[in-house]
Amino acid sequence: MEKRVTFNEKTLPYLLVLPQIAITIAFFFWPSWQAIYQSVLLEDAFGGNTRFVWFDNFAHLFRDPAYYRSAMITAVFSLLVAGLGLSISLLLAVMADRIVRGATAYKAFLVWPYAVAPAVAGVLWGFLFNPAVGIVAWTLRIFGYEFNYVLNGGQALALIVFAAVWSQISYNFLFFLAGLQSIPKSLIEAAAIDGAGPGRRFWTIIFPLLSPTGFFLLVVNVIYAFFGTFGVVDGLTKGGPAKATEILVFKVYNDGFRGQDLGGSAAQSVILMAIVILLTVVQFRFIERKVHY
Amino acid sequence: MATVSLRGVRKSYGGTVEVIQGIDMEITDGEFIVIVGPSGCGKSTLLRMVAGLEKITGGEIAIDARVVNELEPKDRDIAMVFQNYALYPHMSVYDNMAYGLKIRGVSKGEIDERVKRAAKTLEIEPFLERKPRQLSGGQRQRVAMGRAIVREPKAFLFDEPLSNLDAKLRVQMRVEIKKLQRQLGVTSIYVTHDQVEAMTMGDRLIVMNKGVAEQIGTPIDVYAQPASLFVAAFIGSPSMNFLETRIGADGSLALDGASLKPKTRIDPGRAVTIGIRPEHLSVGSGFDLKVELVELLGADTLVYGRLSDGKGLVVRLPGTEVPKIGDRLPVKAHDGAWHLFDSETGKRLGAA
Repeated sequence: MEKRVTFNEKTLPYLLVLPQIAITIAFFFWPSWQAIYQSVLLEDAFGGNTRFVWFDNFAHLFRDPAYYRSAMITAVFSLLVAGLGLSISLLLAVMADRIVRGATAYKAFLVWPYAVAPAVAGVLWGFLFNPAVGIVAWTLRIFGYEFNYVLNGGQALALIVFAAVWSQISYNFLFFLAGLQSIPKSLIEAAAIDGAGPGRRFWTIIFPLLSPTGFFLLVVNVIYAFFGTFGVVDGLTKGGPAKATEILVFKVYNDGFRGQDLGGSAAQSVILMAIVILLTVVQFRFIERKVHY
Repeated sequence: MATVSLRGVRKSYGGTVEVIQGIDMEITDGEFIVIVGPSGCGKSTLLRMVAGLEKITGGEIAIDARVVNELEPKDRDIAMVFQNYALYPHMSVYDNMAYGLKIRGVSKGEIDERVKRAAKTLEIEPFLERKPRQLSGGQRQRVAMGRAIVREPKAFLFDEPLSNLDAKLRVQMRVEIKKLQRQLGVTSIYVTHDQVEAMTMGDRLIVMNKGVAEQIGTPIDVYAQPASLFVAAFIGSPSMNFLETRIGADGSLALDGASLKPKTRIDPGRAVTIGIRPEHLSVGSGFDLKVELVELLGADTLVYGRLSDGKGLVVRLPGTEVPKIGDRLPVKAHDGAWHLFDSETGKRLGAA
């Protein structure tokens, strides 16, 4: 029997959860509702003339090649960020897990980048790779490689992927390391006695046992790539050059706050919202059940 | 099936703390060896050194005359059963058992045959498709055994495999493991802290204390002629009674008015500890015991009392004899049942 503390007080529980509910309403439900509401309106730039247009904003979006281009960039970007972010951090976690001496120092260093805000990370890497004064760009030029993310779209995309991955690795690393340390040592020993070498032990025992962590991180990373990277893009490329790094969330900002197309921007937000809801549902419904032991 | 030789095996951490201080033993083909001792005595470390999970810092371990010091666990051709079973949680029972065979490149048909045969022996056929988490403790234990036997290794290593089971199941599995080992005839090394397991299962025991093998011998040797105070106290339940005394001028021992004559000559004046097992005392004229506590176990009665000089003594009587607390109980020792140990070194000196 589960033991439970019960309160006879009727109002106290509500009072206790009130701050959280207030925050959720003020910062989640209210803006979401506003976005949905805006997405069916057509408004002029100064808010003087507002018209209800049903789903015209959405229809317009789905006819817009620029939107598909941005979606495509986002797909490539998030695939790279999640893929690289997960594999590099897994590699680091596996190596950190094997270290006996000075393990705490390594772990502390690996966690540092997480303390750097994405926008700051963007500025930081932007400075290092700056074609005029950046030390990395300068070094690359010495080796005969012209790196100019201000002009070259591909290089710009590579750079925001790099900066975004760099910011996210610490987070993934922590989860992977915790996952690795929760695998009983005797399992690895049993596999070693069964004849499995280090590689095989990793792929047949450790990797499958890490998969719940992996799937969780996959969803978190995809969501991060979709939304959390706004600061990186804003700090580095602002979507340029020639919209080569304009991921969906940045396009929302560009169209809404620069282009003053509030309705279209809100419609894009609603689509993004739907994608996140879908991802979360997938996470809870299918993946968690499938990989749970 | 193989012989296992331990020659001056040592283990130290950082060169300072020596946890295994030189163990020598020849294990013959098909023998069941039990390493027994209190926690922290180094018994698991010794087993893990045989398995290849711990580095050997001194001496040699040879399996079938081949020195394995530098070999990886997988190249030693041994199988191990862990205390927590260490079953792969994401694999079915079948896959758990087949894992080692797949790695070794055994053909699918043969894997199937061997797994099925082992499952039949261990009566786990109905669970082959289940995951370990869907099994009870006893069933997991069997799967862990199955994973060891399908490999048909040269030796089985058991690291306290029964300590996670409840008392009843432990007795049952104890018998089954022993039977299985007899039937397969595979050389086995079994680590336990439970002296009953040690006595009932082992062909020979290694009684370990603080990294030293205090005694190596058959269960009956260890019981009847414990080589040291430690072994005498560790083996047998309830534990042996010990009394501190001194050898008299005539070479005999004075004990609560009675006199004991050691079978071997011991220098007069030497401080000795004499021991006697509770089951080697019975009612009869000898000493007077003041009864302080009586435990009824059904088949036996344990009587805790004091001699006239205040020394405590435990006596095991048949269940039919129940003395009253506060009574004086006359007790006598069986002939030749006294053990003599050097009080300083703890080594056995002889009997009396």
